[in-house]
Amino acid sequence: MQEAMISKAKALLADGTVTRVIGWKRGEFVYDVTPAVFESAQELDEGFVYDDFTAANVSKYLIKESRKEGKILCFLKPCDTYSFNQLIKEHRIIRENVYIVGIPSDGKLDAEKIKSKGITGILSAQRDGDTVKVETLYGIETLPLADAMLEKCLSCKSKKHVIYDELIGEDGEVIDSDRFDMVEKLENMTAEERFEFWRSELSKCIRCNACRNVCPACSCEKCVFDNPQSGVENKAPADSFEENMFHIIRAFHVAGRCTDCGECSRVCPQNIPLHLLNRKFIKDINSLYGEYQAGEDTTSRSPLTNYDTEDCEPKIVHERGVE
Amino acid sequence: MNSIETLIPKIGVVTDIRQDTPDVKTFRVVSPEGGKLFEHMPGQCAMLSVPGVGEGMFSITSSPTNKEFMEFSIKKCGCLTGWLHAMDVGQQITVRGPYGNHFPVETELKGRDLLFIAGGIGLAPLRSVINYVRDKRENYGSIQVIYGSRSKDDLVDYQEILDEWMNDPGVEVDLTIDNPQEGWDGHVGFVPNYVKELAPSTDKTVLVCGPPIMIKFTLAGLKELGFTDTQVYTTMELRMKCAVGKCGRCNIGNKYVCKDGPVFRFDELGELPDEY
Amino acid sequence: MLKIAIDSLGELFGKIASAQTLYIPADRPDGEAEYRKYEPGMKLTGRLNTVRSAKDFFFPQTESLVDFKVEGKNIEVIDPRKECEDFVVFGVRACDARSFTILDKVFLADPVDSYYKNRRDHGTIVTMACTRPAETCFCGTFGIDATAPEGDAACFSDGESIFFKANNDKGQRFIDSISSLLEEGDTAKLDEVQSKTREILKKLPLAALSTENFGGDKLNEYFNSDKWGELSESCLGCGTCTFVCPTCQCYDIKDFDTGHGIKRFRCWDSCMYSDFTKMAHGNPRLTQLERFRQRFMHKLVYFPKNNDGEFGCVGCGRCLSKCPISMNIVKVMKALEEK
Repeated sequence: MQEAMISKAKALLADGTVTRVIGWKRGEFVYDVTPAVFESAQELDEGFVYDDFTAANVSKYLIKESRKEGKILCFLKPCDTYSFNQLIKEHRIIRENVYIVGIPSDGKLDAEKIKSKGITGILSAQRDGDTVKVETLYGIETLPLADAMLEKCLSCKSKKHVIYDELIGEDGEVIDSDRFDMVEKLENMTAEERFEFWRSELSKCIRCNACRNVCPACSCEKCVFDNPQSGVENKAPADSFEENMFHIIRAFHVAGRCTDCGECSRVCPQNIPLHLLNRKFIKDINSLYGEYQAGEDTTSRSPLTNYDTEDCEPKIVHERGVE
Repeated sequence: MNSIETLIPKIGVVTDIRQDTPDVKTFRVVSPEGGKLFEHMPGQCAMLSVPGVGEGMFSITSSPTNKEFMEFSIKKCGCLTGWLHAMDVGQQITVRGPYGNHFPVETELKGRDLLFIAGGIGLAPLRSVINYVRDKRENYGSIQVIYGSRSKDDLVDYQEILDEWMNDPGVEVDLTIDNPQEGWDGHVGFVPNYVKELAPSTDKTVLVCGPPIMIKFTLAGLKELGFTDTQVYTTMELRMKCAVGKCGRCNIGNKYVCKDGPVFRFDELGELPDEY
Repeated sequence: MLKIAIDSLGELFGKIASAQTLYIPADRPDGEAEYRKYEPGMKLTGRLNTVRSAKDFFFPQTESLVDFKVEGKNIEVIDPRKECEDFVVFGVRACDARSFTILDKVFLADPVDSYYKNRRDHGTIVTMACTRPAETCFCGTFGIDATAPEGDAACFSDGESIFFKANNDKGQRFIDSISSLLEEGDTAKLDEVQSKTREILKKLPLAALSTENFGGDKLNEYFNSDKWGELSESCLGCGTCTFVCPTCQCYDIKDFDTGHGIKRFRCWDSCMYSDFTKMAHGNPRLTQLERFRQRFMHKLVYFPKNNDGEFGCVGCGRCLSKCPISMNIVKVMKALEEK
């Protein structure tokens, strides 16, 4: 796949279709790839990589990149196309300046997850069916694929590209995933248990803002949490209430726009399952307003910005509260 | 220098507020028992704060030779300064300091002919030095002050300049404003150009302070006249929080403006990365 | 050398904790490790290091500096600090142990930061030599020996026992306080373990990384390097690297109105944040390029210039693991060195 992508990129650079390519650049280890812009065939040969660790969603970079001169080629995985579409819908990306090549993804590995299984000194990782073989400084370790795969890929919602100019390989289908299972589990907890769950998770937060800054739905020019005039600007939680509220407010803000790309949880240095907050909103929107997938198209109105006589009444909040 | 509890401020009482220009007020501050909160040298700064609003670094504009109080000339430009401008006499604020280095009044500047060049609120840090050398007149050569502002109304300390500096036989004061104005028969034009017109002797040691753009063109003008970087001092301003060289905010290269500055000679600034 | 059987560590921890507060790196349900206050039954983690570094003990993410009571035009200033209790941090790695030397150069320089010093005075650092370094480790680059960590006292494991060595008086006092549980032990197996570890250290992927081309004299060469653009281009401007870094010490001071008084607190800040240097009338570091450059120039050039060549990095590898886009100091060093 990597070779096919490099050839495609070189061809599009050579015939002048694009002037730049955004993709992933090889790092020091097998897993530390960095999103990067390539401007020549030589740069592509030297560093372009697409493999089991190229998980980063490059859609958000196109806000900035599509405003530069010349067209840019981007390679989008199925999940990334939803983010891209949503950003088009929000008028954040200039579509004409982007050439999209859809690429398949059969799920990405998570080095941090592998390490959390006690494996250290990772030198290489090879997928082999349902297992992953990890070569380390201390010998070979084999672990089940599920123990090495990113959470977001384990509950993949779609292998289908919802936007592209061309595809490499066959397009896939929307998947009937089990992504709401954990949300249901949380819903079935008692209020006390649920509160305890989130207190324990959110208290790990170090307010590094990685979740917000990576989030394609968080594309405000100036975040309210960065504005000293807002009165809520804080680099650290002043108290535990704030500690909870930052993520909950953020989830509210991206509700109806979050495509469930899972980047927030992928980048969290403290492994807080932030995506569960967003999924709760998605699940609620589905049940209260009808099935809706943000980023599926570029024109439909989001349930939360639309009015319909079938919409649920505000009293639903009260009704659920007393359950 | 500072007490060990350097981040814990003292209480200061504002005993006088003078409206200098439409957006500059000068605040007189003493300790609750009366008298100065601490001694300082010309060019040094202090952290003033209104609890709940914020803390900020301000140049101490009164001369150390003033033994009764300290003064701060503050331009209204943000949240904290807005609050300070709105307060009344008798209000307590918090003060900690003094911070930073100072103009080398007892070393390099001693015995020298001095040229002060200021633009707008830039007079604030120089006022401390000007009054210091006026009070210790015998230690210095000639004193020339070139000061300009947008308009006559924007000249900070105008009354003091008229009443005291201009009546001081040892001091030459050259004022200018950017645009002609009714009731102004003095010079009109930007400070950098006025400096070139006046063509002061290149024997002088220069202390310049004002907006970055004015400093830039003034320095260029001085160089045309034959001045060198080692003759010219200025003061810097960057965002500060701790004031003791630890919080990292005012870092330029290996220097911390709060601790290693605010006073720099231009040849020292030349060695720093261009990031201020 | 005095030692205790690994099986008896619980007993040891119990004894330490009976005299003063003890913190050890323990496992978290998500498989990561964090320092936790010791409670009976708690086990030392198997992970090499914690997500958050040990700097938290001396420079916590938030702390109250001063309280104010405001009444009318009057202000009362209150020092909110309580008496600091003695505490022990057990199991600190060599990289984190060196970070205290670096933090000391900032916080203990005149004027001394009494909040930090107070905790330094009351804390005893007991380090643990590494036996299974990770691919992200490069402490050797900064002259740190992972098999012989600094700290007040150091521990060494041979797989069966933990051996103790005092590095200073405070460490000796610590060892004396637990000596009733220790016995003299043969270090033959330990020597073997250590030489094995040294072999691994030599084979680490980053073993060849050198500081040779960095230091206080490189200001103009690197500040104006054309590499910063591509290095910073995908930086998200988050603070992950800064907050997991054991040597980053920039902070913000803010006021918080509790409704019945003002609390002035300080909290970690990051030079990677867009408002770090923002003033009422402008910002000297307008783009992420300048902010990104500041962080690495500070560690590789400015800090050594002010501190006798000591770099502002200890090679713990946290930023290598945790940066959302996998950009880090190693990539920066390698890129800057390319001519």
